[in-house]
Amino acid sequence: MSDHNYTPNSKFGKWFNDRLPLLTLANHLTEYPTPKNLNYWWTFGGILTFCLITQIVTGLVLAMHYIAHADMAFDSVEHIMRDVNYGWLIRYIHANGASMFFLAVYIHIFRSLFYGSYKAPREVIWIIGIIIYLLMMAAAFMGYVLPWGQMSFWGATVITNLFSAIPLVGEGIVTWLWGGYSVDNPTLTRFFTLHYLIPFLILGLVVLHIWALHVPGNNNPVGIDIKKPSKDTVPFHPYIVIKDGFALLMFMIVFAFFVFYTPNILGHADNYIEADPLVTPAHIVPEWYLLPFYAILRSVPDKLLGVVAMLSAILILAALPWLDTSKVRSAVFRPLYKQFYWILVADVLILGYVGAMPAEGLYLLVARVATAYYFLHFLVILPLLGLREKTTPVPLSITEPILGGTSNLATAKNKNDLKI
Amino acid sequence: MKKILNLLSSILVIFSISLNVVSAEKVEYLKTDWSFKGLFGKFDRASLQRGYQVYTEVCSSCHSMKYLSYRNLAEKGGPEFSIEQAKAIASSFEVIDGPNSDGEMFTRPGKLSDKFVMPYDNVKAAQAANGGAYPPDMSVLVKARKGGVDYIYSLLQGYEDPPAGITLDDGVYYNKFMYGNKIKMSNQLSDGLIQYADGTNATVEQMSKDVTTFLMWAAEPHLEARHKMGFKAIVYLIILTVLVYFSMKKIWSRIETKV
Repeated sequence: MSDHNYTPNSKFGKWFNDRLPLLTLANHLTEYPTPKNLNYWWTFGGILTFCLITQIVTGLVLAMHYIAHADMAFDSVEHIMRDVNYGWLIRYIHANGASMFFLAVYIHIFRSLFYGSYKAPREVIWIIGIIIYLLMMAAAFMGYVLPWGQMSFWGATVITNLFSAIPLVGEGIVTWLWGGYSVDNPTLTRFFTLHYLIPFLILGLVVLHIWALHVPGNNNPVGIDIKKPSKDTVPFHPYIVIKDGFALLMFMIVFAFFVFYTPNILGHADNYIEADPLVTPAHIVPEWYLLPFYAILRSVPDKLLGVVAMLSAILILAALPWLDTSKVRSAVFRPLYKQFYWILVADVLILGYVGAMPAEGLYLLVARVATAYYFLHFLVILPLLGLREKTTPVPLSITEPILGGTSNLATAKNKNDLKI
Repeated sequence: MKKILNLLSSILVIFSISLNVVSAEKVEYLKTDWSFKGLFGKFDRASLQRGYQVYTEVCSSCHSMKYLSYRNLAEKGGPEFSIEQAKAIASSFEVIDGPNSDGEMFTRPGKLSDKFVMPYDNVKAAQAANGGAYPPDMSVLVKARKGGVDYIYSLLQGYEDPPAGITLDDGVYYNKFMYGNKIKMSNQLSDGLIQYADGTNATVEQMSKDVTTFLMWAAEPHLEARHKMGFKAIVYLIILTVLVYFSMKKIWSRIETKV
């Protein structure tokens, strides 16, 4: 953000801006040159910001009425649902908001995977994104514990117990996490504290994520570097603002449908039964957005290795910029990668499905195959593909494929460049 | 390359077929028309009032409803008894209050602000009276069971003689909709068991439907407000989306790129 020669018009504006360049920042944000060919998959960044703010605002109101105590948590949630003015609305927005948040983040991540947005020079944006995603999972998991229903309790028991797989110190760590010898009141109160804290950490990281984005600028569907500002870009305001706004409204319609008409469909019925340490539910299932990783965890027969596999499945994403050896970013010009991309999407969906099913028989077999393929994709297919794949001609600028005519000349030049 | 793809896609096909086979084993619940389903779904007031009658006269001897108060019976979107009726209902129950200035607990007639009186003092007492099985609190029961209203409605009508080869312990009954088919609650409903205040014929089917409707309201007391607001919110969002769409078209028409 060094290329700024903005001077405010008013005298006070100049005086203030010399001391704190907020107006320069505002000018940067509105003028920010954005590729003009961004498609609707690029609107999910704005949608995610909306989701985060919605979760924070509704969460604040819920925290005013919620009681973080093992004997009162479940009752206080019912109090919110029944007696707090519009408490049902706030809670259903917050509960379904978590699902919407993950829906949007998965689309956002898979958009990056398709268009190669994680590649140089955007590795840091990508890694910050992975950290945000990890924090989101932690926040969502702890949030699900707060209503203190059966799934809350047993989900917390299963997930915290994973730490006991660590050799030697595992058991000690679990006791330390619980604040006792089982999931109980101390666990609930600390989860509440952390659940309140993490969204603000995410907010800070989102600022860094956007800051890091504004250094190289947005990737785009063609995946080429563009001159900024140029014929290929439009100012962020009003072009991208209105487009993001339109997409956000469409997203809100889906969101509203869940909140008002099927508010409990994404939850689990057992979580309307108050936590009972003496009764274990028939199937302990995490929320849908964690299911692929749950499937990976259960597909490994050894507990420690299962935990390692699950963590690796997420952390491997951080290494993606270096695992993908292809010089071409966008899958549009990578015929083979495009196919493997869709296989990966199917693979993750299958993992999600078997994650919801009992870990036995055919389900377990499928989970194992899908887990193996997941790692195969990142560790073997991607590195080899980048070296072997014959990419199709990449245009020199965004305007060219649209205007047509000269693209053959440009791509002919480009093809040679790419082989080096 | 193609071979690998073919292999993978055939695995997918086999996989999805086998999943369908596995999921086809589900029990089909009995179906009925619920007035509260759908975009404009509302409760059937008369059914809610009858449902309350079934709850009080049949279920409430074992099942508590600890999150409901008598005032809820007169609130909008519920059974909508008149305030007088709700007061009369409340005062027909004996509520333990206190301690008074002498430090003694005492009983008094219920008030609108009181929670529904519980049949047992605590879970242990409930278990002791029911052969070790705790009759679950029914405040959010509909939401706490997979299958929701259809499941409860079916369960109430699902009692039958066990098929040959299945022996039941004492105090265990056979119900074709119960998970594992064994249930510790005996069949509670029989035709003409209660005399409906509004003269409706009290068949098992009718009572099951009424009490399930009542339980749905108990679990979601703001369902009608939610549906109403949802419709308004979504219509508003759609109109706004259309307006923003045309603004977007207008703004982007300044440059050649399509949006």
